[in-house]
Amino acid sequence: MRTRFFPILAHVLALIAVAPLLWVLLSVIKPAEDVFSFGWPSTWTLDNLQYVLLKFPLPRFLLNSAIVSVAVTVIALFFHSMAAYALARLRFPGRAIIFSGIMSTLLVSLPVILVPLFLVAKQFGLLDSYAGLIVPSIFHAFGIFLLRQYYLNIPRELEEAADLDGCGYWRRYWSVILPLSRPVLASLSVLFFLANWNAFLWPLTITRNPDLRVVQLGISGLQGQYASAWNLILAAAVIAAIPTVVVFVAGQKRLVDAMKTTGLK
Amino acid sequence: MTTTTAPPSKPSVRRTAATPKAGMTRKRREALAAYAFLAPDLLGLLAFVAVPMVLALGVAFFKVDGFGNYQYVGLANYKLMGSDDQLWASLKITAIYVVSFVPIAFVISFGLAMLVRNHFRGIGWVRSAFFLPHVVSLVVVGLIWQFLLVDKRGAVSKLLAPFGLGDVSFLGTPSLALGTYVVISVWFVMGYQMLVLLAGLKDVPKELEDAAQIDGASAWQRFRFVIWPLMRPTSFFVVVNSTIGAVTGLQAFDLVFVLTKGGPARATSTVVLYIYEQAFTFNNIGYAAALTTVVVGILVLCTGLMFAFTKGGRFSED
Repeated sequence: MRTRFFPILAHVLALIAVAPLLWVLLSVIKPAEDVFSFGWPSTWTLDNLQYVLLKFPLPRFLLNSAIVSVAVTVIALFFHSMAAYALARLRFPGRAIIFSGIMSTLLVSLPVILVPLFLVAKQFGLLDSYAGLIVPSIFHAFGIFLLRQYYLNIPRELEEAADLDGCGYWRRYWSVILPLSRPVLASLSVLFFLANWNAFLWPLTITRNPDLRVVQLGISGLQGQYASAWNLILAAAVIAAIPTVVVFVAGQKRLVDAMKTTGLK
Repeated sequence: MTTTTAPPSKPSVRRTAATPKAGMTRKRREALAAYAFLAPDLLGLLAFVAVPMVLALGVAFFKVDGFGNYQYVGLANYKLMGSDDQLWASLKITAIYVVSFVPIAFVISFGLAMLVRNHFRGIGWVRSAFFLPHVVSLVVVGLIWQFLLVDKRGAVSKLLAPFGLGDVSFLGTPSLALGTYVVISVWFVMGYQMLVLLAGLKDVPKELEDAAQIDGASAWQRFRFVIWPLMRPTSFFVVVNSTIGAVTGLQAFDLVFVLTKGGPARATSTVVLYIYEQAFTFNNIGYAAALTTVVVGILVLCTGLMFAFTKGGRFSED
């Protein structure tokens, strides 16, 4: 009996956990006047979704978020894998110090350095620009750490073979290590994309220009403008959340793998 | 090239002369390559993490006006904190938040991890369902819960109406807002913590549990004396991580910013939100920098204490 009780409990709790999300999803396809009604609505409609996509600059917000998240993900993976390769495979003076220096920045979170980071970004002339949204978001020790752990486990022989073939360090990195690290790069790209698509605090701090607004800023702004038009606010929120859910479902296994490695090894 | 053309009569001389030289250049070439590989990330981390950290300490001694003019004021920013009641209130709010959020989130996540540990029909869906709230952004989470918690008309009020709680304003009552924020935060992070704990549970050898069961250990005893001790490193990691997240993580900013803007009556004004307001609403950049250094100090102290109490969390068995 017990063996059947716990799975049922798990299913019930899981349903409760996603209930708020499902409820919002339902509310979005109800007519505006039914958004708070508990009963089954008389009709279903896509008006809310259509309205926010056509009447709000939502497509612009989505485009901005896509540009920023994809750019940060690609550049960060490139830089981090290079750094990780050096840390895992090459011998050079100061390796231990550099590695622990990088690791020590793991504790630093954005809210902690927000004010001075803003001052630095201002000095570099990054305020109100795509560069300002992208560049400071690239550098994070987590990716370097994870990739380094992965590279430590790639057999050295593969690289030695390339070495004997006369490949330089760049070729060994580019033609041997990078292709072998596809799984971990895929995991990290899911993580990085999600984190940057969902970013709010840094875009809020670095941009004033409405044309540069990312989607999270955009939808939080709607809440102020359309205080009681919940059908529209939720529609925008659902659209903002769709890419994250799609990426999650598509990259679920990879995401879980990366999460599991988070500081456990 | 030179070795192939070398006369066979003097191979030993050639080799002793060539090998050290080749070794030197190879070593140097390797080091140069390494620095080149590291350069982009190192420069970036320096400019956008290390320099800001140091800068916070420096700017804390200045008064910075809206036009970016710096004026040295010594310790004035720190002295100001003594009489800043809102700062002390926000520190207290953050402390209450941490002390309630961290244990609740940990216990629930551990429970969920135990629940979805062994295979059953539909386990993939169940695990994803718990994790799904963590996938959507904190802004979306904030908006969703604002909608669900709209006074009287919201879904939560309607669900609670039969219990006579239909009129409760969860986000509008100062004494309830912080608790509501804790519950929503737990909902947001439980799936993530569950996954990390689940990974730890995978490393608990099944044979140990089976052996305990054969010896007549009850389910609770198997948990208490087999699983729990082996889960200590993972648990430590989760608790430290979750504490840092609760003090300075994005959940301490994004969520309250969207949900309540720190209200009502500043009941949910966390420290990071307060620092943000000081810097960007009131333009007190110098004061905000000083506050940043204090929060970092508190955080380092807390983490240090946790390490001390748990004997380093036993990350390695040496």
